[in-house]
Order: sequence, then C-alpha cells, then structure tokens
Amino acid sequence: MSSLTLLYDAPALWLQIIADGILVGAIFALVAFGMALVWGVMNVINIAQGELVMLGGYVVIYLAKAGMNPVLAVPLAAAVMFAFGWILYRLVIFRIVDKDLFISILATFGLSILIQQLANEIFGANVQSVQSGLGSFIFADGMVAVGKVKVLALAVAIVVGAALFFFLGKSRLGQAIRATSQNARAARILGIDTDRVYALTFAVNAAICGAAGALVAMTWIIHPYLGLTYTLRSFMIVIVAGLGNIAGVLFAGVGLGVAENLAGFVFGAEYQTAFIFALLVVILVIRNLLLRRSRRYLK
Amino acid sequence: MSAMLEVRNVGKAFGGVVANEDISISVPERSIVGLIGPNGSGKTTLFNSIVGYHPTDAGSITFNGRELSRLRVPQIARLGLIRTFQQTRVYGEMSCMRNMVISIPTIDAGFFSMFWGFPRSLIERAEGLLEFVGLYEKRHLLAGDLSFGQQKLLEFAMALMAEPKMLLLDEPTAGINPTLINGLIDRLKRANAEMGVTLLVIEHNMRVIMDLAQHIYCLAYGKILAEGTPEAIMNDARVVDAYLGGH
Amino acid sequence: MSARTAALYSATLAAAIAAPWLAPEIVTQLAFLWLMILFALTWDILGGQMGYNSFGNVVFFGIGMYACAVVQRDSGLGYYAALFAGMGLGALLAVATAGLLGPAVLGLRGHYFAIGTLGLGVAAGDLAAAIEYIGAGSGMAPPLYPGEVGASQRFFYFVLMALAMATFAFLRWLYSRRFGLALNAIRDDEDKAEAMGVHTTRYKTVAWCIAAFFLGLAGGPVGSLVGFIDPRELAFAGSTFGVWMVLMAILGGRGTIWGPVIGAAIFHLTQELFWTYLLGWQRVAMGVLIVAIVLFFPQGLIGWLRHTWPQRFAAQEMK
Repeated sequence: MSSLTLLYDAPALWLQIIADGILVGAIFALVAFGMALVWGVMNVINIAQGELVMLGGYVVIYLAKAGMNPVLAVPLAAAVMFAFGWILYRLVIFRIVDKDLFISILATFGLSILIQQLANEIFGANVQSVQSGLGSFIFADGMVAVGKVKVLALAVAIVVGAALFFFLGKSRLGQAIRATSQNARAARILGIDTDRVYALTFAVNAAICGAAGALVAMTWIIHPYLGLTYTLRSFMIVIVAGLGNIAGVLFAGVGLGVAENLAGFVFGAEYQTAFIFALLVVILVIRNLLLRRSRRYLK
Repeated sequence: MSAMLEVRNVGKAFGGVVANEDISISVPERSIVGLIGPNGSGKTTLFNSIVGYHPTDAGSITFNGRELSRLRVPQIARLGLIRTFQQTRVYGEMSCMRNMVISIPTIDAGFFSMFWGFPRSLIERAEGLLEFVGLYEKRHLLAGDLSFGQQKLLEFAMALMAEPKMLLLDEPTAGINPTLINGLIDRLKRANAEMGVTLLVIEHNMRVIMDLAQHIYCLAYGKILAEGTPEAIMNDARVVDAYLGGH
Repeated sequence: MSARTAALYSATLAAAIAAPWLAPEIVTQLAFLWLMILFALTWDILGGQMGYNSFGNVVFFGIGMYACAVVQRDSGLGYYAALFAGMGLGALLAVATAGLLGPAVLGLRGHYFAIGTLGLGVAAGDLAAAIEYIGAGSGMAPPLYPGEVGASQRFFYFVLMALAMATFAFLRWLYSRRFGLALNAIRDDEDKAEAMGVHTTRYKTVAWCIAAFFLGLAGGPVGSLVGFIDPRELAFAGSTFGVWMVLMAILGGRGTIWGPVIGAAIFHLTQELFWTYLLGWQRVAMGVLIVAIVLFFPQGLIGWLRHTWPQRFAAQEMK
C-alpha cells in the first residue's frame, strides 16, 4: 500500500493525521455527550441525533449567508436547536419515553428519515459549508496545518464536558435530572416534574448537537444525509466509554476520530464510512463476547 | 447411593459482597435434598452457580461425575439438570400447551429435529402432565394470563416435561394457595418416586421442607451452618438462632 | 383446509397469475408488491416470531443482487441460465454470510442487535460503493432481457411472485413445526429457553439463514428488473427497503403469517399513492407514516383485530 509507505517516509504526516483526528474526534465526543445524556436519563436511544447535528450546521450556514460571523453563530445555533429540541420533545419524544426500546429506536429512526427528507426538500441536496475565517496554526516547517476552528472545536468539547459534569453533579437541576434517571417514579413522588426534566434533557442534547453541527459546517461540509454517520459514531462512543463516564466519552471520541482518519488515509477515503460501521459491529461483538465470559449480556 | 450432584468448596462474590463461601453439598441420586436459610443467605446464588448462570470464584461442581464450571447454561440443562425460578418464568405469549411442548428433552436433539412436528404421543404426554398439576382445563390459555400460583405449577410441569435427571426447585410452594400445598408436596414426592427425578429444593416453608426432604442443608451468611435429617435440623439451636436471632 | 379457504387461495392465485394482463400498466409496481411481501415475511421471521429486530436484512438482498449481476456479466452463459445460476449463487452467498456472522451478531440482544445490524447494512452499502470489481459507486447494469417491450416486466413479475409465494408457503409450514415454537420461546424469554436446554444459537442462526436464503434469491431478479444496480439506493437500500421491511410487518401485525403480507400490501399501495400525488414530498410523508405507525399502531392490523374480536381472530390452538 502506497499510503503506508508515505507514512513511513514522512513522519510529519502522522502528526497531521493524528491532530486532525483528535480535533474531529472532539466533535464526535460532543454528539456522544448528548446521546449519553438522553439515553441515560430517558432511556431513549435517539437515532435522529445526527439529524440534529445536521440542522445545527444549516442554521450556521444560513446565519453566515445573512452576514453573521460564523464563530459567533455557534452559540446561536445551539440556542436555536435548544428550542427545536424542546418542541420536538413536546410533539413526539414524550410519547416514546416509557415505551420499550425497540419502539423508541424505530420512532426516532422514522423521525430521522422525516427530518432528512425535509432538509433535502428545503435546503437542497448539495453539500454546503462555511468558512470560519480563522486561519490555521502551522507546524513542522509547513508540513502540518491545523485549522484554528478545529482547535476551537476541541475547546468547546472540553468546556461542554466539564459543564455537564459540574451541572449534573452540583446544581439542583442536575440533581433532579440524576434522580429522574435513576428512578423516575420515586422522583415524581418527591415532587420532581419528570416531564420537564425530560424536555430539558432533550433540549440540552439538541443544543449540544447544534453546536457540534455548527462546528462541522466550519470544519467540513453539511448535507442532508450526514446524520446517520454521526448517530452511529456517537452510539459507538457511548458503548465503548460507558454511560456515566464523561471523560471516557471524550477520550473515546478522540480515539475514534484518529482511527477514522488513519483508516481513511490508509484504505482510501471511500472506505472510511464502511470502516466506521464495520468497526461498530466489531466493537459490539467483542464487548458482548467479553461479557459472555462472565455469562452476562449487553443490556 | 452415589452422589449425583457434588458441590465442593464453592465460593461466589459480587463485587465486595460475599454471597457464597466454601459451600459443599452432596445430593445423592433419587433423593430429595432441601436447602434452607434466612433471606439473603445465598441459596439462589448457589442455584445460579450450579446451573451455570454465572461463573464461580472458587470450588468445583460435578454432575454425574462431569465438571460443570466450564459449561454454558443450555449445555448444563441438556445434561438433565433443570431449574425453576424464584420469580417463575414461563413463555408469556404462548399457550400452556405450547409452553409444555417446547419443553421436551433436548438431550439428543440432532440438527434436523428443529423441523419435526408434534406426534400424538407428545401432545398426550403434555396433556397428562398438565393434568398432573391440575392445569388441564387452562391448557389453551396464554401462560401470561395465568395467576402467579398457576404459573408456578406450569413451570413445574414444563420442568417435568423435559424428563430431567435432577430438578433444582427455587421455592416451589411460594405464592401457592395454602390448601393446594399438600397437593403440590404429593406431586413432588410422586415425581421423585415414580419418575425417578432427584430433587434439590430451596424452601422457606418449614412444614413443606420437613415433610419433603430426606436431608437438609441450612445456609446462613453465605456459609453452610448445619446439615442433617429434618429432625436434627429442626432441633439444631444454631438453625433456630439463624432464623429467629436478632438481626 | 376448509373448502372456503381453498377457494380463497385459488381465487387469489388466479388473480395473481392474470394480473399482468389485467393491469399491464402497473406490472412493475405489482412485481414490487411481491417483493415487499417477501421483505416483510423474511423480516418477520426474526423480528416478529423471534423478537430480534434486524435493520440489516437488506445486506442479504444486496449480496444476492450483486452475485447474480456478476454471474450474468462474467459467466458467459445464456440469459436464463445465467440468471438462475446467479440467483442460486446469490442465495448461497447470502446464507453463508448469515451463517458466518450469525453466531457473533445474534449474540447481541435488544437494541444492540438492532443498531449493530443497522451498522452492517450501511457498511455493506458503502463497501459495495468502493469495490471496483462490482462497479464501485457507479454500480452495475445487468444484461437486457431478451424479449419484446413489456416481456421483461412480466417475466420478473412471475419470478418475484413465485418467490414470494414460496416464502409464504415455506414459512407457514416452518411455523407449524418445533422451529416456530422455539422461535416464539426465544422471543418470550430467551434466558428461560436456554435454561431449558433449547439450542438457542442454532435456532437463531438458522432463522437468519432462512431469511437470507429468500432475500438472496430475490436480489438478482430485482436487479435485472430495474436494469441498474446502485449500491446504496437499490442493493443495500437501508433507509428505504431496510426500514420498510420493519414497518410493513408492524403495520400488518408482527409474529403472524398474514400480518406481513397484509402490511406489505397496504404499505406498498400507500407508497405508490404518495409517489403519484405527493411527488417530491413522498419521502417526507413516508417518514411521517413511519412515526405514526410506530407510535399509534404498534400492534398492527392483526393485533388490533385480535384485540377487538378475540374469538374470530384468535391464533390456532395446539390439538
């Protein structure tokens, strides 16, 4: 493989791949935070997660077209998606919360198809992106270029992760959320409005995805069909890291980013997505096999 | 009579909690052995270890000379060791008859047996066993629609349908109408005497286990506290203490 | 069976055979109806009868499609010989895939299985779009049918009809054997089935292989009928066929033999109506339909009938 020999000859290429991978992985970790939140609190696996990311990207694209500085548009995209998430919960998601897991997967899958097709009709199927205007850091005599907006992405991921950690751990609302996730019935008896907690959780998740989408629009491209890839990636990350493990999600996300980038370079870009999904299956199977040694199953 | 089931120095801990420690019991062929002890003493954990539900931390378990610790649950069941569950598990969306018919012995199930039908003799055997536990009239009802006690009886009938060499029964009389308990004890004895099924029974109902068992082990805090005939156990001060003692 | 049932089956069969001449403008759509019925029936083996919801069954369909196209392209055989040989190879490869992946993938439970198979389906599509031997992203074009205009659609209508009917007949027989009972037991309480000694891994894998067999057979004819094999849109169409399989079975009633058939018919009809009257927005409408069915009608038509008129529509008893 010629690409492997390339890696051998130009070690700076390693740096580029890994740096890019870490930074792109930070965005994956962001989306995974949201997925873990909704899964842990509401026991809903949100297959439409990637679509929320996609929508966040479009928000930034249209804000940028209207003249706004895209970097400033990131929190705005998060806010818009927060509202969207709240509405989506009130319209559809609340019906899924206490149903069995298959119904929730299928319903959110239907939702993802719906949103995908709507986006296709409204925004068109062409890929779009936005220039952040931030430029790049250059290392290693010009061999390694790291977009500043990507570093921003990593910063955002760390900040959000830390914020979630402190919010959930220390604030009253965070406590209410954790109580609801552990035992909704008990929480209700104690006076916690679990419906509100769920709405808030889902809205926060949408906001996080919105921010991620905004960053994706600036580091990559947005198109109506990128959703499923992000959904499956975040699912993978959550499984590997475990539901309650915030730091683990960050590392797993970064790890996935690097692995993906490496695979894309070595095998070719067209194999990259196939690699991701095959990896998902492999991770699931290996995890299951390990658990089976102790006679347990992934539950 | 040789021991059919031999449990030697078995230990099992969950995280920091020791559920079983250095347990050794012996169940002779065609006997009825009881397992008693206060709640939380590790009886069901021991059952789970024996049938392969989880691996043990220490010790060995042999069934008819065969070491069980490396085997999976279905493999152990196919050796003729069948267990019933404390919470009673049946196939809820299937009728009682279907529950019975799917419980036929799988010991020599070749690959193509999956495509076989149900000969008249099989149906009659299922009906006979349902009659044996008093569920014949309900045989076409969904198992999930039965009462808890009836489900327990169904589960027992299903276990017998599998022609087991040995049955591990987890609290077989719990939740059964007291007036029917004598009938169940009688059936258990008949299953043992007429069908040759060895029984290892967890029980909380003292009257039942004293009547039923030939030999009893008492567990407390995860260890064997005492063992002996029903009379010996009944008069053993340690056993009385474990059940009534202050905690 | 009763005289009435026999008459019903005969009438349906007669109508099905006469259809291409009774309604020549919609022969292709009718051919697809048979395909949908096959999709729903094969999905229901795992999803409805066994409780394992697979989003990746489309993998076997795609494998069958590509295998047949390759045989048609490279074997040098005559048209019909190549087609049937290709279908055979497709079924073989599909079953081999199910047999190889089965023990590992079917060890997953619940939503892990669902999402794992979803990943499989998408991975297969992307893989196929990258492999040059089978045309990569540009896909493949099977050879043209040797006949007059309209003959191709008629021919493949009958092929798909025969496949769908064979699937139905086989499954009807299968569910009446121990196999059906074992699948239901696995669905109701897999741990209990294991504790009773049932060879659960064997049943699960064979069930998947059976689904793979019929799906693998169907791939080739569809590829030739459409005339062009696109890796993501046709062969491994996870977001369309892959999801529709699930929906149709649910709509009609999971875990029954007629449910998937009825569900497929209703679904396909609705889809054609959407396409005719809502062109452009028909996919959006599909998305809405999916969500609506899942949230408001999960028991499906047969489930609803059984609930409302339990005496008339109850499941058959064991005598």
